Amino acid sequence: MNIVFRQGIRHGIPIALGYLSVSFAFGMKAVSDGLTVLQAVLISMTNVTSAGQIAAVPLMVGGASLAEMALTQLTINLRYALMSLSLSRKLDGSMGTLQRMIFSFANTDEIFAVASSQPGKVGKYYLYGLMLTPWIGWSLGTFLGAAAGTLLPEFVRTALGIAIYGMFLAIILPPARKSRPVRFVVLAAVALSLCFHYIPGLNTVSSGFVIIICGVAAAALGAWRYPAEEDAA
Amino acid sequence: MKWNLFLPYLLVTAGVTYLIRMLPLTVFRREIKSRFVRSFLAYIPYAVLGAMTFPDVFYSTGDMRTAICGVAVAVLLAWRGRSLLTVAVAACVAVALAQGFLLLV
Repeated sequence: MNIVFRQGIRHGIPIALGYLSVSFAFGMKAVSDGLTVLQAVLISMTNVTSAGQIAAVPLMVGGASLAEMALTQLTINLRYALMSLSLSRKLDGSMGTLQRMIFSFANTDEIFAVASSQPGKVGKYYLYGLMLTPWIGWSLGTFLGAAAGTLLPEFVRTALGIAIYGMFLAIILPPARKSRPVRFVVLAAVALSLCFHYIPGLNTVSSGFVIIICGVAAAALGAWRYPAEEDAA
Repeated sequence: MKWNLFLPYLLVTAGVTYLIRMLPLTVFRREIKSRFVRSFLAYIPYAVLGAMTFPDVFYSTGDMRTAICGVAVAVLLAWRGRSLLTVAVAACVAVALAQGFLLLV
């Protein structure tokens, strides 16, 4: 096997391990919300994104419109556009249009972070290896959580409910500590989200639109107040 | 969930997510000039994840008291820059311990 491919696979292992636990919680939640095991696994195999999938399941079972679903996914996953733009400059000559189309499928936050931190340019064999292990971990964890989640004792299942939010906090808090603009954006988004949950009238807005409104408003407020700090974020 | 209802949702979520990742890598390879737009895109993940976490996390365990314990542990560890896996697992353990404690008292 190609040595660069193997190196990519190796770099993907820690990502895959992290994904296993979070996708396990996702699979468990999806099934308890009313999806079948196969449906939960299909979502993970085709979407490969934590936040988008976690927001999608309640919209599916709640019968949201396809437009609300599309807009919600667009907002939550808009960050990938930026990552793809940034990674574009990091790819070597082996990454033609077809290879770019294949790799795009699994350009997650963590895979992007590892690929960007490599010295020099990266090529197709490395990236294929790097996307493979996390994709397997994400799909396998979903399957295990969806299929076996109900076998776990009640107190373990309840405790796992917080896993996904733990991961979100681990993503947002370190940069919020370092960068004042990020701190401002997070606090603004949380404040808006609290308003939409507790203020009568506002709390009737459906979950997808709440994420869209809070995300766009807080990011725009941050960009307006701290336009020069984008590199610190 | 019924498949005839599920499949359109699957197509939309997977399709939108894929296009967002794919188009900037293949079609739009230009730099974004506007400073506002670049900062806006950079801030989006933090805004979205912040809004998705609060206040939902407090309802994620079915008992706000155990959830608060989990959040406290997660915030402390995440603030210190621990890995995703460590923070997620520690939050679950904290919730499990808090549940055990509530059963005892």
